[in-house]
Amino acid sequence: MNYFLTEEQQMIKDLAAKIAVEKAVPLVAELDEKEEFPWEVMKTLASSDLFGVYLPEEYGGFGGGVFELCLVTEELSKVCCGMGVCYAASALGTLPILLFGNDAQKQKYLPDIAAGKKLAAFGLTEANAGSDAGAVATTAVRDGESYVLNGTKQWITNAGEAEVYTVIALTDKSKGIRGASVFIVEKDTPGFTFGKKEKKMGIRCSATRELIFQDCRIPKENIIGREGMGFIVAMKTLDRARPGVASQGVGLAQGALDHATRYSRERVQFGQAISSFQAIQHMLADMAAQTEAARALTYAAARMIDSGDDNISREAAMSKLFATDVCMRVTTDAVQIFGGYGYMREYPVEKMMRDAKILQIYEGTNQIQRNVIGLALIKESAKKK
Amino acid sequence: MNIIVCIKQVPDTGSVKIDPTTNTLIRSGVPSIINPFDLNAVEAGLSLKDEYGGRVNVITMGPPQAEEALRNTIAMGADNACLLSDRAFAGADTLATSYTLSMAVKKIGDFDLILCGKQAIDGDTAQVGPELAEILGIPQVTNVSKLIEVKETTIVVEKELEDGCEIVEVERPCLLTVTKQVNNPRIPSLKNSMRAKKAEIPVWKAADIDADEARIGLKGSATQVVKIFEPLKRTDSRILQGDVDEMMTELVGELRKRV
Repeated sequence: MNYFLTEEQQMIKDLAAKIAVEKAVPLVAELDEKEEFPWEVMKTLASSDLFGVYLPEEYGGFGGGVFELCLVTEELSKVCCGMGVCYAASALGTLPILLFGNDAQKQKYLPDIAAGKKLAAFGLTEANAGSDAGAVATTAVRDGESYVLNGTKQWITNAGEAEVYTVIALTDKSKGIRGASVFIVEKDTPGFTFGKKEKKMGIRCSATRELIFQDCRIPKENIIGREGMGFIVAMKTLDRARPGVASQGVGLAQGALDHATRYSRERVQFGQAISSFQAIQHMLADMAAQTEAARALTYAAARMIDSGDDNISREAAMSKLFATDVCMRVTTDAVQIFGGYGYMREYPVEKMMRDAKILQIYEGTNQIQRNVIGLALIKESAKKK
Repeated sequence: MNIIVCIKQVPDTGSVKIDPTTNTLIRSGVPSIINPFDLNAVEAGLSLKDEYGGRVNVITMGPPQAEEALRNTIAMGADNACLLSDRAFAGADTLATSYTLSMAVKKIGDFDLILCGKQAIDGDTAQVGPELAEILGIPQVTNVSKLIEVKETTIVVEKELEDGCEIVEVERPCLLTVTKQVNNPRIPSLKNSMRAKKAEIPVWKAADIDADEARIGLKGSATQVVKIFEPLKRTDSRILQGDVDEMMTELVGELRKRV
């Protein structure tokens, strides 16, 4: 389908595809098996300027937006969803600075992030604060010119590999989530350490660790916005990051569909290629139609965000919900088309199905996305009355 | 360090076929790529520039569409590119090609180093680099697999031989032809890709480089391709079967019959 990309957008997509095919593909199976971070691919993305596609030119970026971010994430995820999340999670960690940071903070952090010299990560989730993000227990206490952080963040993507962390902590416990604030914490700050690397079902090349804060003292200038703005910052960040997760789903689904289509033409049973069977054709057709619909919705949501519209929670949630549910179905069907071979690690679709599952869970479970959409529907209806 | 890289646009060999009736390459519909060894030459130039500063100038002789290949090298980071394109250049063999390139090099003027791929994957002659060095009267090292060190007036390189390696120190200006082992060509950057889209690529004709008409194109070629053909597939071959002793006996018998 033609999405009428600008010349620049097409260039970004082509460049990301070239990196995915030439640099990423040869490493995908090995890094999954060894659970190793894809530094080589990240460095190529950096030297090709792709970490800055969504950042303003004045901070060394390319001047694009969420849409450009989605294009790169999709191309990477076509070959490896794990690499896609390493890239996209850095943008998630950067968004609070981009959206709510002051000029000094932007000057200090964005150029290195745009150049890919530093990766970023976003720290919200805790052991008891998952879907219930309001249950955050990490605290930040003002002490003179500093804030002192205590608490543990859990399952943080890029943790240990990233240099810049945006972390949600309570500055006023009595107000609950309304007393939350967001802080920039740099790696190697005394009192800031990482938990062990988690062993995961999928996206195994990505790094997932705890962020542990023990009397971690950071300059008071590292607060993003004001005290008490934390929940708003987190929600607006997630709204803008959701099409990125959706594009992981779109890319991964497309990758699985491409493998399944190719394989169905090679695999011979009953004396003919299995692609000649209507049962297979219908599966492929459904996979293709759903993937394309997911892509169209994702692109539309991303473009809506980039237009400057502020009322985007519903559309962002719809793209994440739809594209990742589609991805789970499409990757599962890809394994089905490969049959027994699809279940084997020698073939690529087994990993794709493992990778897909997390997309329905992280950055807001798909149940939470439905809550967001449902709430928006009810609000809108109530307004009309 | 001022570096000139010579490249060639070639048909993607993976998809080339020969027309059996006319014995010529079927070029239509075959995508063109930059000769892979030339990409290594471009990368060698860019990495030397990264380390020692200077400029990388890329030249190619070819039809107007070879401009695309030059743009791709600018996307990788080359500073300038120019295309040698003239109907009068058509039909050039390696001698006429290297003469033409030498005249372009003279027009560019000041240079410390010329880099070429060790050979093109279509003609496979490996002659243009060495001939260019001879015409220019500068030293050359072929099959360079490693750039070791740039010194005040020389460059130290490792050269691949059939049964080993040789370390050579050569006076600059000089010409090197490089192998695949020398580096991994970089992926273009977005900024350079944007620059490449807009870059002005001058087209030099025979007159622009003061080329002697008798030494360019078909006229200036010392060799001529009489025929290109695919070797006939032998139909009388036979695969022996059975255990090793049986097969050996049969093979020796067959060979004896033919001696």
